[in-house]
Amino acid sequence: MRYLDEFSDPDLARRLLDQIHAAATRPWALMEVCGGQTHSIIRHGIDQLLPKGVEMIHGPGCPVCVTPLETIDKALAIAAQPGVIFCSFGDMLRVPGSGRDLFAVKSAGADVRVVYSPLDALTIARENPDKQVVFFGIGFETTAPANAMTVHQAERLGVGNFSLLVSHVLVPPAIAAIMESPRCRVQAFLAAGHVCSVMGTGEYPPLAAKYRVPIVVTGFEPLDILEGIRQTVVQLEAGRHEVGNAYPRAVPAEGNPVARAMLAEVFEVTDRTWRGIGMIPGSGWRLAPRYRPFDAEHRFAVTGIHTEESSLCRSGEVLQGLIKPHQCAAFGKQCTPRNPLGATMVSSEGACAAYYAYRRLDLVSIS
Amino acid sequence: MCLAVPGRVISITEADGTTMAEVDFGGVRKSVCLQYVPDAAVGEYVVVHVGFAIQRLDERSARETLENFERLGILKEEFR
Ligand code: SF4
Repeated sequence: MRYLDEFSDPDLARRLLDQIHAAATRPWALMEVCGGQTHSIIRHGIDQLLPKGVEMIHGPGCPVCVTPLETIDKALAIAAQPGVIFCSFGDMLRVPGSGRDLFAVKSAGADVRVVYSPLDALTIARENPDKQVVFFGIGFETTAPANAMTVHQAERLGVGNFSLLVSHVLVPPAIAAIMESPRCRVQAFLAAGHVCSVMGTGEYPPLAAKYRVPIVVTGFEPLDILEGIRQTVVQLEAGRHEVGNAYPRAVPAEGNPVARAMLAEVFEVTDRTWRGIGMIPGSGWRLAPRYRPFDAEHRFAVTGIHTEESSLCRSGEVLQGLIKPHQCAAFGKQCTPRNPLGATMVSSEGACAAYYAYRRLDLVSIS
Repeated sequence: MCLAVPGRVISITEADGTTMAEVDFGGVRKSVCLQYVPDAAVGEYVVVHVGFAIQRLDERSARETLENFERLGILKEEFR
């Protein structure tokens, strides 16, 4: 396909790799924030082609992985109620809550449906006026515009039986939280390209300056990732810490002003607990007061939730880049994509699932 | 689920006061909401995520990036 194939050209990849090898004289630790990039890096083995000492630390940018356990448990409770059609992206179905997952609730008879887009859930609501239709609205700034538009449409079209269970998370506060951690080893960031397609690059210069880290907006194809790494290493070697854009074909500096205006109308900033990491101030979006009638948490009074995480799972450390997935004792043993103990093993963007899919056979060589 | 992919706008329609487009992803066609990229034209590439176009894909910039990569390699070879 156009603009996919060209950006995985092996000959150009080799040239970019040569440049990275020529530039790197010291060890550096770079974090790719986005789970989509983690997936691409592990799938193409990019981390193993880098100069010795240039390490990719996998960040918390998998929305499925960081959705708080309490929210998952709320989703399970709402989905189990009679008269509810609960709609979700497919990869949320196997995310373990305290004890069970949405798939189990569905098997027990609940009407849980996988949709491609939140607009599909709105259509289902219009077709089933006697049912309450709830969409599980998770994701980063990339996904938020879709959910914002859907709620906006629900209000405009008067679809009163539609609501959103919202748990949006934001990248810049997460970068700040990672840098504030006393165990932080990260020296530079590859920022998530599609988050910036929406939000632009304006939020990053203060972070780059405050924490003295290069931040390079990076795409998802192999050449995009190599170029992001190349620009980052060149900055690090020169002692610079600037915001760069290695994905200009999809990221104008201002992002998408139309989408940003809609986000500002529909959502407001809130503190958010990230699963495995903890509370990060100002790191989430919830519905603004005007749209609260469409907030599933207000419509369904769900109380008495007692969350309980698996005691074996170390996904919190994986999400913070403190350990690699195969360093978890349960990896590939008690925990597999078919029987995941943690969310990082469920989503294809979770680091544990990526290592399981592509690294099972050569675990010895990487441990 | 955070993946967004480029696709080509095939046709544009209005439905319930919303601009929608048929978008081709290498042979697979999907209905996509175009409200956030209102000036995208038929034949152009857009970046699509969960049924919404979130950005247009700038073809000129894509070409420039690839040309830069080509040049990087050549410069290095000249210096050898
Ligand atoms: S391998 Fe499984 S148990 Fe271990 S950290 Fe990853 S998700 Fe948790």
